[in-house]
Amino acid sequence: MTDFAGWLMPLRYGSETAEHNAVRSGAALFDLSHMGEIAVTGAGAGEALDYAVCGWPSQLAPGRARYTMLCAPDGGVLDDLVIYRQAPDRFLVVANAANTAVVLGELQRRCAGAVVQDETEVTGLIAIQGPNAPGILSRVTDLPLEGMRYYAGASGTVGGCPAWVARTGYTGEDGFEIYCAAGDAERVWTALSEAASRDGEAGTPALPAAGLAARDTLRLEAGMPLYGNELGPDMTPYEAGLGRVVRLDKPGDFVGRAALEERAAEGPRRTLIGLVARSRRVPRHGYAVLSGSAEVGVVTSGAPSPTLGTPIAMAYVATGATGPFGIDVRGTTEPADLTELPFYDRRKQR
Amino acid sequence: MSVPAELHYTEEHEWVSIAGDTATVGITDYAAQQLGDVVYVSLPAVGAAVTSGEPCGEVESTKSVSDLYSPLDGEVVEANEELDDDPGLVNAEPYGAGWMFRVRIPAGSGGEAALPPGLLTAAEYEELTKSAG
Repeated sequence: MTDFAGWLMPLRYGSETAEHNAVRSGAALFDLSHMGEIAVTGAGAGEALDYAVCGWPSQLAPGRARYTMLCAPDGGVLDDLVIYRQAPDRFLVVANAANTAVVLGELQRRCAGAVVQDETEVTGLIAIQGPNAPGILSRVTDLPLEGMRYYAGASGTVGGCPAWVARTGYTGEDGFEIYCAAGDAERVWTALSEAASRDGEAGTPALPAAGLAARDTLRLEAGMPLYGNELGPDMTPYEAGLGRVVRLDKPGDFVGRAALEERAAEGPRRTLIGLVARSRRVPRHGYAVLSGSAEVGVVTSGAPSPTLGTPIAMAYVATGATGPFGIDVRGTTEPADLTELPFYDRRKQR
Repeated sequence: MSVPAELHYTEEHEWVSIAGDTATVGITDYAAQQLGDVVYVSLPAVGAAVTSGEPCGEVESTKSVSDLYSPLDGEVVEANEELDDDPGLVNAEPYGAGWMFRVRIPAGSGGEAALPPGLLTAAEYEELTKSAG
């Protein structure tokens, strides 16, 4: 167990590699109740969010979700968010646990004409991720899942408990995130476990619990940024290769607009790249990236990839750096090959 | 968590088993659990001289990398090559197939290999892990 933004969280329940592989080949359950949930409601909620974040939430159809960012006036990223439009007048903003207070404060300041309410404490969040997720979840929900698109959600029940079920996740795999009352989280978890155990081979849980360690290697393989590693107040979405989330085409001002327009015009100073190590020594957060003997960047996330079987890393390098790249692993330069992100794409594997 | 009574231990979470003039070294069950799944072990080369308390290798897990310290002075006579193909043995059998290297230790005055100073008994080591939480 580890302290994670004030929440006591399991790094792993058993073997994090087994948990990781379960998500890639079957399914696993995550307790993500630490995530921040902030409701923005009222007739003006969409327009208020258009000013507060760099995406265009008012254009979202009810029942759809979008990945977006909350930026500072200088364009720096304060958090990356998923926003669900749960009803015409209700948006659910999901923030990283470590940033929930910042996001709440900023939304309260920025969202004039809407009601901003922190629902973190009363909300449970259980994720079921992996190719078997739809089959397992369909047994215990009244929602038809076949028609539910990626980044869509609907209100229904799971294990008899009222829930907002969305086809979203942070693993690069198909799956769902289930938002429910905090008091119902255990019932939702148990209902899913029991639905899965009917498939289980004797003695092996068909739906193991997965912890933070597996969550981190899964998102890294999927090339997804982690706030504090690839994203932070000293970076704009453009450096992270996520300029598409900045909707400069939306009407009206929004926080960070002027700075982001400038940054969009001049191009990024740093580029986020993917590296696959040739050695078995693992590049870690903070290690220097070299081109020849010149230091050109820094590793933001690195881990042994259970799916690829070799260490992988994301790194920021000076725009234009071409390599061949090496990584300074505690004093020894280990060669690493530039690769396109993501490291793992389920649509290409199957 | 297992702490076999017949082994010696270090504060750096290595275990040592002494038979004749040879000491076998590995990391403890506690250490393996703390590290998580071990993915790579870098061991000292056969023939290398190792020094008590000095790093002589690395243990990489999913989340971290740790130095491997030699618990004693001597010459490395064998390194566990199985770990190259299956580093998970460190988690599965930390006191068995997950052993790391063997060292020839100098004979003491009585002809028997002398137990290097500063090693902990199983009871002392268990106490250490408890106080570490």
